Amino acid sequence: MIKAIESSGIAKSFGPTKALDDITFSVNESEIFGFIGPDGAGKTTLFRIITTLLLPDKGNMKVLGMDATSDYKELRKNIGYMPGRFSLYQDLSVEENLNFYATVFGTTVKENYDLISDIYSHIEPFRKRLAGKLSGGMKQKLALSCALIHKPRLLVLDEPTTGVDAVSRSEFWDMLSKLHQHNITIIVSTPYMDEAIRCDRVALIQNGKILSVDTPQNIRAGFSRKLFTVKSVEKYKLIKTLRKNPEVLTAYPFGDSIHVTLINDASDNFLLGYLVSEGISDAVIQEAKAGIEDRFLELMEKGIKA
Amino acid sequence: MRTIFYLIRKEFLQIFRNKFISKAVFAIPILQMLILVPAITFELKNVKLAIIDKDMTPESRGLINKLDGSTFFKIAFSTFSEDEANNLLLRNKCNMILEINPGFGKDIGNGKQGKLLATIDAVNASSAELTWAYFNGVIRDYNTDLIKENIITNPVVPFPRIEITNRYWYNELLNYKYYMLPGILVILVTAIGFLLAGLNMVREKEIGTIEQINVTPVRKYHFIIAKMAPFLLIGLTDLALGLVIGKIAFNIPFEGSILLMFLGSTIFLIAVLGVALFISTFSGTQQQYMFVAFFCMIIFILMSGIFTPYESMPIWAQDFNLINPVAYLMRINRMVMLKGSTIYDISRELCSLIIIAISFTTLAVRRYRKTA
Repeated sequence: MIKAIESSGIAKSFGPTKALDDITFSVNESEIFGFIGPDGAGKTTLFRIITTLLLPDKGNMKVLGMDATSDYKELRKNIGYMPGRFSLYQDLSVEENLNFYATVFGTTVKENYDLISDIYSHIEPFRKRLAGKLSGGMKQKLALSCALIHKPRLLVLDEPTTGVDAVSRSEFWDMLSKLHQHNITIIVSTPYMDEAIRCDRVALIQNGKILSVDTPQNIRAGFSRKLFTVKSVEKYKLIKTLRKNPEVLTAYPFGDSIHVTLINDASDNFLLGYLVSEGISDAVIQEAKAGIEDRFLELMEKGIKA
Repeated sequence: MRTIFYLIRKEFLQIFRNKFISKAVFAIPILQMLILVPAITFELKNVKLAIIDKDMTPESRGLINKLDGSTFFKIAFSTFSEDEANNLLLRNKCNMILEINPGFGKDIGNGKQGKLLATIDAVNASSAELTWAYFNGVIRDYNTDLIKENIITNPVVPFPRIEITNRYWYNELLNYKYYMLPGILVILVTAIGFLLAGLNMVREKEIGTIEQINVTPVRKYHFIIAKMAPFLLIGLTDLALGLVIGKIAFNIPFEGSILLMFLGSTIFLIAVLGVALFISTFSGTQQQYMFVAFFCMIIFILMSGIFTPYESMPIWAQDFNLINPVAYLMRINRMVMLKGSTIYDISRELCSLIIIAISFTTLAVRRYRKTA
């Protein structure tokens, strides 16, 4: 089976900063592949290499069976790219933007309307409005429509949900899932861990290195320790007290609770006793199932120590 | 080809949607023509004189009347104090001091040489030289009058003389506006070509829209041509507008072929747009672009010979002008408009412009990178 993307040993530096270091991964055809990582991890740099906008210093990038460095002309016809920053013409209307990108790719809106109809129908009532005057969620839908209008085989979405409200984010992922039917491979980056679950496979990326590539379920299962959630009214005191104890390996705040791992995977009884002795009597401790974020933090911790 | 057409259509859509630019593009040539053409002049009028007449004879008064009667001089002050006159010169109240020493009238009456002392403010060297030349002219007239009077009283002496009849060709009335107008038209077209297209290009970089274009199959030369074409058309429209104003407001003569002038301006605009887009490939922000483009534009315009004759520049400056498109169009416009030069007369200028246009456009296309 042909791979949509095959990256081997990709490296890119900007001056002394290593943006990407030995990036190797592959994406299967028509899967939704997510890159999860904090700001500055190298996601945008990697996407710019995949979309032929940037040349790697080292390594080999094959996209849709073509070399991203030498076959860029052919490749550009088959990629739909949505940069992180809204980069359509703000002084053109919704309709004009869509028509413009269709014609630039030598096609028409009519020809591929079925592909975008689900997304475009949301903004069609505003088709005469200037793109710059749209709301964040509508801008995002327009950008996605423009990236899809030439029926690309690969859709590259760089942080499409950053700065978008929770409802629109969820809607957006529903739209991506629907695109699946059209046999389009989608790679998407996001700083939000909760979105990882909507991908077929995810790569955790940090400091220009890929920490792990797997399905969201396997990544969660890869968590190697017992995980406890600890709750208390005095959250700040709680986390300080927990981190003081040498038996506690990690203690990270997660919403209203704190996720804790222990060096020897000791039982929660030990923890409760310790907290009471430190004057926190209302602590509630439960064993929990690890999420992707827990696994990511664990991998990060290992990466720093290694 | 179709892609270029769509790209150009997009540019026009954006230009005319911008309410300010779409108006300014047509208002600026009108203002520029109406203000600059009558304002910029090297004609010297009303040189203010301070007179120190220490002689007070009919002869000295005759000379003063002669000066006052000429169109160039105006007697602004009469005084007997040299200090006061010097002070007036220092404070820019007058441009020249003429001192007539006692005995001037007597010497002339006795057939001796009369002596005058003229002091000219030479802060602006060229206007000082002109003042001096005009002043000499008046004195020469005065001399001739004296000689004529002597011939009448003493007709035995024969008096040989050479008479010169001159005619100013191409601009008979020495109307400065005729000289400046073709030059102002060049500045007009230069500004359109230099600023708008380059800024437009850098703006796409600044707001990131170029990123989206770069992942499309749009070719580099498509994109550059689409950036040039609208401003080429706007530049030519402005030129036509400028010419109409020249005809209506200043009744400027047009000796040559209008088509030839438009041909010259078309090639020129391509050259300037090439330079502008070339600069834009180096600039990341509109501020950077403005700074470099403004600097280049000033150099190109001031060295083009719009104010100072091209031929009197140092050799290195003349060599620089070989790559200065503005200098070529400056000559083309003046030759075609005022002299009625034909395509053969300006073929050297046209060929040079074509070479500049091709080189810079090629450079711009090659420097523009779709991949970093």
